[in-house]
Amino acid sequence: MTTTRRSVLTLRTLALAYVLGLVAVPILVILFRTFEPGLAVFIESIRTPAAIAALNLSVLIVAIVVPLNVVFGVVTAIALARWRLPGKGLIQAVVDLPFAVSPIVVGVSLIMLWGASGWFGGLQSSTGIRVIFGLPGMVIATIFVTLPFVVREVEPVLHEIGTEQEQAAATLGASGWQTFWRITVPAIRWGLTYGVVLTVARALGEFGAVIMVSSGFPGVSQTLTLLVHSRYIDDHNTYGAYAAATLLMGLALGTLLLMTLLDRKRSPR
Amino acid sequence: MITVSSARKNYGDFVALDDVSLTIPSGSLTALLGPSGSGKSTLLRAIAGLEGIDSGVVSIAGVDVTREPPQRRGIGFVFQHYAAFKHMTVRDNVAFGLTIRKRPKAEVRRKVDELLEIVGLDGFQHRYPSQLSGGQRQRMALARALAVDPRVLLLDEPFGALDAKVRAELRHWLRRLHDEVHVTTVLVTHDQEEALDVADRIAVLNRGRIEQVGDPVSLYEKPANEFVMSFLGSVARLGGQLVRPHDIVLERDRLAALAADARTPASPGVVTATVERVVRLGFEVRVELKADSGERFAAQVTRAEADRRRFQPGETVHARADRPADATEAEPALAI
Repeated sequence: MTTTRRSVLTLRTLALAYVLGLVAVPILVILFRTFEPGLAVFIESIRTPAAIAALNLSVLIVAIVVPLNVVFGVVTAIALARWRLPGKGLIQAVVDLPFAVSPIVVGVSLIMLWGASGWFGGLQSSTGIRVIFGLPGMVIATIFVTLPFVVREVEPVLHEIGTEQEQAAATLGASGWQTFWRITVPAIRWGLTYGVVLTVARALGEFGAVIMVSSGFPGVSQTLTLLVHSRYIDDHNTYGAYAAATLLMGLALGTLLLMTLLDRKRSPR
Repeated sequence: MITVSSARKNYGDFVALDDVSLTIPSGSLTALLGPSGSGKSTLLRAIAGLEGIDSGVVSIAGVDVTREPPQRRGIGFVFQHYAAFKHMTVRDNVAFGLTIRKRPKAEVRRKVDELLEIVGLDGFQHRYPSQLSGGQRQRMALARALAVDPRVLLLDEPFGALDAKVRAELRHWLRRLHDEVHVTTVLVTHDQEEALDVADRIAVLNRGRIEQVGDPVSLYEKPANEFVMSFLGSVARLGGQLVRPHDIVLERDRLAALAADARTPASPGVVTATVERVVRLGFEVRVELKADSGERFAAQVTRAEADRRRFQPGETVHARADRPADATEAEPALAI
């Protein structure tokens, strides 16, 4: 008995050390380095025009991507959980594809599709809309890498709640839309919230796919993540990179906090 | 009145409804009784519009609703697992159908309070379904279904998920409620006791077909076939015939048994058997027997009789049927 207990304790210590060492320590180091010179220095570092532009761009991309992923993610999840579709397995695999494909490959393929000499390259010459090296390219790349989150969080919840509540609503006279808004949406709310949080975090942090399709000009087409990279690699501005990284983390944590608070306010218990 | 004519429904190779026709009179409480897979739930869901039928007609109150969605059938439906709206309070659950219909707030409130009082959930308005017991949830579901003034109330194994005591309580409560509200009610159950207890009409289903429809007494006394007889109430097989265990008379004297049997028309004859076990089930006593042919059966006697006769395991008795079921096909009686 004592040996089992000892091994359990060892296992717990190992698991905790693993999490702390690999996740918590690096984050704490960044926070420490950021605030070491004082708050004023930090604020100054994130108030440069390039940093403000990068923050705005990142938030803009999130603001476009999240609603799109919520709408299409929920519809896809409902289709997968409720409808009788031929080739459902194939759709499941496609939804998971962004998890499997390296983001950099996504960037390359987007250039091949939308670049000046790509399949849809004609769009740029005919309409003047620049997809690659412009905002649309970054949005498409971000959508690609964040697509699975909402679907994968909502679909199991739909399976779990089953169809009885929806059928009950129908027998009580509710139309399809009324049932969706009054019964389905409240029931999947937690899954959806979590999916949105993951989407926001990933959209803010996406690097590989976005760097391929962005021109990376400071103040124009640099997201916050790209700013961290360029400050560190190109400008050798180590402190600036730490500061921008802290801002990025703050943004993601802020989203998580906000969503939790909003949900608690709306949720009965 | 609900009429179902020539309804058919297949799930792949499985025949759920095989040319089912049934009329449910207005104001009745009808039970659809059958084993699992008999098609009873499919029939109820077809009436509700939750399940389409491959062919046939469903009409409610004289209107053909075969192609109508559940929303437009004027029904109330109660599910086995309550289907409570988990994120809504009891009041909002019950009010749902009225809110959807955009009734004035004051009217909704009055009606909901009234219904909650009827179902005994007064004071529970602000609770959530997770804070209620199973029986309370099902009463809430009933109030919710009744709130929209349905023309018919459909209940799919409504007490199936509850424990025996609550089930019996709710059963009687439903019966009283029906006597007050008088809405045409159809109840699906696999529990014959439940059907005999609450329903004024029973339709027995088996393998997608209706075996017999009638009031509880006539179904019990005059079952149309062996299936109905064995599904409604317990049976014992005596000399190749199905008889009710309480109709079996045990005699110690073989000659007396033969003499009594000779006066009973179409009897299964006298079977000599050994008492294996005597089980006391409160008021009644079950005597488990093994016939000389090796067949096992049980007789049911009252406690008073058991006390008087004192059957002992291992002793030999002579069993006869006092009143053989006249429904079963007359099989040749055992030669005396």
